Amino acid sequence: MSTAIKTVGVCGAAGTMGAGIAIVAARSGFNVVCYDTAEAPLAKTVKQTEGFFQKSVERGKMTEADRDAVLARFERTTDIVRLAACDLVIEAVFENLEVKRNLLAQLAAVCRPDTIFGSNTSTLSITEIASGCPHPERVVGMHFCLPAQLMKLVEMSPGILTSDAVFKAAWDWTLACGQIPVQTQDKPGFILNALLVPFNNDAIRAIEAGVADAKGIDTAIKVGLGYKMGPLELIDLIGLDTQVRLCEAFYPITLDPRAACPPLLRRMVAAGLLGRKSGRGFYTYDGNAMFGA
Amino acid sequence: MRYAIQKKGDSRSFPPGDIFLAGTVAADDADVALYLGLPPVADLRKKAVLVELTTECLAEHVDEADAASTNVLGFARYRNGEDAPSKLVELVRLPVTEAAAVDAAKAVFEAAGFTVVVCADQPGRILDRLLRPKYNAALRFLDEGLATAQDMDTTCKLGLGYPDGPIERVTRGGLRHHHDVTRALFETYGTAAYAPPRLAVAAAKRGAR
Repeated sequence: MSTAIKTVGVCGAAGTMGAGIAIVAARSGFNVVCYDTAEAPLAKTVKQTEGFFQKSVERGKMTEADRDAVLARFERTTDIVRLAACDLVIEAVFENLEVKRNLLAQLAAVCRPDTIFGSNTSTLSITEIASGCPHPERVVGMHFCLPAQLMKLVEMSPGILTSDAVFKAAWDWTLACGQIPVQTQDKPGFILNALLVPFNNDAIRAIEAGVADAKGIDTAIKVGLGYKMGPLELIDLIGLDTQVRLCEAFYPITLDPRAACPPLLRRMVAAGLLGRKSGRGFYTYDGNAMFGA
Repeated sequence: MRYAIQKKGDSRSFPPGDIFLAGTVAADDADVALYLGLPPVADLRKKAVLVELTTECLAEHVDEADAASTNVLGFARYRNGEDAPSKLVELVRLPVTEAAAVDAAKAVFEAAGFTVVVCADQPGRILDRLLRPKYNAALRFLDEGLATAQDMDTTCKLGLGYPDGPIERVTRGGLRHHHDVTRALFETYGTAAYAPPRLAVAAAKRGAR
């Protein structure tokens, strides 16, 4: 797939998602300007990125020369003006509407009139984010999945004012990166989270209702449907606090009762049971081993 | 653990030719009695009395406060519509069910190679309770033009590692079957999430799969 895009900027490049998107772009041959607001996290990401490509070499997926060529495509900066030459800038900053709108306003001030702005939001409206930009026709939703460097899926959403040409250019770029785009309307959660967040809440409510315990529910889902992971295992992985934040993002917009945060989830977060990262959620973890709670 | 099957008509859990059916012994020799398509007969001499459930609750067959029900359990082998039955058996217990009866029931199914999960006697058990609202949402999203069926399925497969997407699964299982299950749940729970979506209602009314 051909694309006119040569240089890509990533805002929030020190974050997990931003760093992953930068890897996707660089290994596909694009120059990448990694922007974040602080030096130290960016420096940490450099080491993680180098480690990622070193593993690729060790696994025989790329040569040392290829690794060096890819790493040479990265530029890191805390100066937003360095994004001026980018053809496409993807933001992966904190999931907050005002933060994203303000960033887009800043980007519009420093970038060329034809620069495309992609938003990696998973919950917010592309149209509302674009309202912070004097050129809303240049803003498009590009939701990568975590970890972006491993997951092929990109949910692509045009806002109400996104131009067809911008959407197509962004779409073609994702194809040029070897990603698999799907098109969704600009609706809360797009496809993935619109289906997943209420489903995960339903699993928590099944525990609340005494239908079965976490292990029983996860086993039923895995054996019955062939899923690799049950919903409670998945919530433990993404973090119970993250699930709360997703509920708080979706419910006020959708008023869907299934999107409302289950009381059990709030109580567990209040108790510090955040999932794998705290050592206990719906299951208890000892290192990487998982035991039924 | 020996089991005896009393059967009327076809069973969703064990369709004709299923090897589990061949394991039945004479009723008097059995430790566990299974009723497929028939109401269960209370028998406290058995370690467990099992009744196959579809969309109904076990409490529709037995009085959950009755002492004669302490060894009665419901079960359903999960099956997506007309797909082949899975290896999963949902075992339904009542508040009065004794642990020994649960153990006996699990022993019968696990010896036959099934994975057993125990759940309370609530409509939809685990899987239909969780899956039908998701399929309803996916079908409504399709109606609303959120994305194409293919893109929704691709998203779930690539983004979540599912072996199939919600639209292809619910369609393959049969929209009429989905309608029947979700309508039964809706009648019990009364919440919008279980209301049959347009595509399922239409399939049921025209007599499609």
